[in-house]
Order: sequence, then C-alpha cells, then structure tokens
Amino acid sequence: MTLRIRLSVNGSAREVLIPSSRRLIDFLRDDLGLTGTKEGCGVGVCGACTVLLDGRMISSCLALAAFADGAEVTTVEGLADDERLHPVQQAFIEYGGAQCGICTPGQVVAAKALLDEVPNPTEGEIREWMLGNLCRCTGYYKIIESIQKAAGHARL
Amino acid sequence: MHAFDYTAPESLASALAELEEAGDEGKVIAGGTALMILMMQRLVRPTRLISLRRLPGLGRIEVVDGGVRIGALATHRDVETSPLIRSRIPVLAETLSRVATLRIRNVATIGGCLAHADPNQDPPVTLLALDARVRIAGRQGERQVALDEFFVDYYQTALRPGEVVVAVDVAFPAPGNASAFHKFLPRTADDYATVAVAATVTLTPEGVCREARIGLGALGPTPLRARDAEAIVIGERLSDRLLAAASEAAIRVVDPIADPRGSAEYKRQMAGVFVRRALRGAWDRASREAA
Repeated sequence: MTLRIRLSVNGSAREVLIPSSRRLIDFLRDDLGLTGTKEGCGVGVCGACTVLLDGRMISSCLALAAFADGAEVTTVEGLADDERLHPVQQAFIEYGGAQCGICTPGQVVAAKALLDEVPNPTEGEIREWMLGNLCRCTGYYKIIESIQKAAGHARL
Repeated sequence: MHAFDYTAPESLASALAELEEAGDEGKVIAGGTALMILMMQRLVRPTRLISLRRLPGLGRIEVVDGGVRIGALATHRDVETSPLIRSRIPVLAETLSRVATLRIRNVATIGGCLAHADPNQDPPVTLLALDARVRIAGRQGERQVALDEFFVDYYQTALRPGEVVVAVDVAFPAPGNASAFHKFLPRTADDYATVAVAATVTLTPEGVCREARIGLGALGPTPLRARDAEAIVIGERLSDRLLAAASEAAIRVVDPIADPRGSAEYKRQMAGVFVRRALRGAWDRASREAA
C-alpha cells in the first residue's frame, strides 16, 4: 500500500508517497538522503536514530514514516543555521563531546531537545535526558560537559 | 518489514469498524514502540494496521467520579508530567518516570502498555496495586474490566477480537493511604526490571493497616497480585516479623523465568526483598500522611 503524507522536515514542507511499511529512519536516510541519523541497535535502545517529532525526541527506528503525517520532523541536519552551528554542536566540538561520531547525531539532537525544554539543566537532568543515548568512546563526561557549556552559551 | 495496509481513522467508531472488518489480519497501533519490534522480528505479521493516533481526545487525563481517567493514547511522559497525577497519585508518576528512557516514554502509550501485556513492564505493577480498571471499547459498546482480571498470560489479555483499550481508571487514594514502587535494576537504568514491586497500604490513625494491595512484575506470565501477603498485613501494625511473613507469602505466588536479569531462584529471593521494601516504603509514607 502506498500512502501520501504531508510533513515538514527541518523546516521545509514536503508531500511524498511512501510504502505504508516504511520506517521513519529509512524514509529520512534512503528517501531524503538525510544520512546524519544513524541506525544502531534498531530496537529503540541506543539512541543513534534520535530525531524530534513535533519537538519531542523519539527513536526513528521504532516509528513508521506514516506517524510523521502532518507533523514536523527535525534531524541533525536541521540544527545548524546555514554555516552557524547550533550551540550544542559547537560545544561538542570545543569540549570533545564526540569521538568516533556514530552516536553523535543522536546525542546532539537529544541535547537540543533537552535545552529546548530545560534551558539550564542540572547535571541530574542532563543524565536523565541523555540516559538512552549510548556512547562507546567518550565515557559520557565530555558529553555532559559539552551540554553544560552549550547551556551556558545559549544563555548569553 | 513486511507489507501491510495502514489507515488512521479519525473516529473510534470507524477504528472499531475497520478492526472488525480486518479480523485476524488486523492490529491496532498507537505509539508503536512494542509492535514495531515484534513486526521487525517477524513475531507478528499483521496485513492491516489500524492506527489510533488520530482519534480525538483519547489521550486526555481527566477527573471522573473520585478518580482519574487516563486516556489510552496518553503517553508515559504525559502521565509522568501531569500535574493532576503528580499531586493526587504520585506513585504512578514516579513509576512511569522510571520506565525505559525519555525517548520511549515520549511515544509509548498507557493503552498500548496494557494491551501489550508484557509481564516485565512496570506500569501494570503499580496500576494493579492501585486497583485500576481498564475501559474497553468494541462494536457492542464499552465495558470495564478490573486490571487483575485483564492479564491472562504472556502477552495475552481479556481483550476480545475487535476490542481496544480506551482508558484506564484509577481512584484517588483514600485518607491514610500511600503507595511505593520499588524495582531492581542490576544492569542499566533503562533496562527491564529483574523484579518490580508496588505496594499500597491504608492505615488507621492508630497505625493499623486497613487495606493493602501488592503488585508484582517480572515474576510470572502476567503481572501478579500477592493476595496472601496482603491478607497477612491487613489488621496488623508494621514490624520486621510482619514484613518477613508477607514476603514469604509473596514468594509462594511467583513463578519467574531465568533470563540474563537473573536465575529463577534469584528472582524469587529478590521478590521477597522487594516486597519488604515496597511495603515498608508505602507504610512509612502512609504513617506520615496519617500524622
């Protein structure tokens, strides 16, 4: 079955035809070429596929593309304002929040979701929000530090 | 994933009509966090998915005669952050805030959690202790089922073909009542519990237990009530001996399976430990209420 869905992806409106069984992650990566969003575990545990659906972070591997009908999707590609990186992206670079990079798009999107809702989070709040984003390189301290610095920057 | 038809009806009546028409081939989907995995693993292969996501008002959390009605489409996060739930039934907000990760709680619905009937989930444990009632809609109308009659077996419920969960009703706690939820997570904070226990007790002003209910999770083919343990504490005051007797009675009703979260024998022992902790936690809170 083919579905016609209307949605906004990173601010641009789109109307597309998709097979009804298309997952959101496959739609983003394979149909739209937005390969920043990664598939790690494929069962909603690792966080690499984190995107925002109407501002709420979700696992795009556990969502049908059909769920985005009428909604706004934000992926890592939608965070920067042209060449100007989002404060979270800038902080991840400056404070070493990324190493191999596979988990980074999901980390960055989750951190943006956090700062959108809690602009000045405590370390406990950062840990709660980032709990589901696994990183096998940095050991998390630098990720937490990057988010703290980004929050500071966002306040300036 | 396999091919299927997908519709998102805009009224409950059309959703129920479509579900009836689809028969065995149909499945309802809401948040999808459980069903998507089952489909990707090819454990279920419905050829028709009927999405409840467009049904208006089915996610409302509202006060109805002496309690709260949580619409089936309310997400775990909606319930966890609801000022009404936080102030009137705090143990439910507390339980939901500890399910999986925020990313899952943003999506997974209460109705989906109940209909999925995975005995390892946390919310049914607390909802059992709170004596919740499930509201079910079918083509013949709505009916209510007590939650402890709703779960039948692993992933099986009292839902009949063509029926969907539309809400869960939870009464506000009586004066002198308090609850606690304790789960054992030896691996990671977002894991399924090795064991989970919720207890609710209502105390007289003198500190005697008038009413008690205990819910157990990850300890059998369904979430369980520890009824013998409840009977042991009713009419009594808190003591170490009472808690030991209650936990021994609770251990007798559990039937856990061995998995990477622990051997069956270990889970039985932990069930005893966590029944003690949950009862003591609820009792301490209820004493403060009564004071």
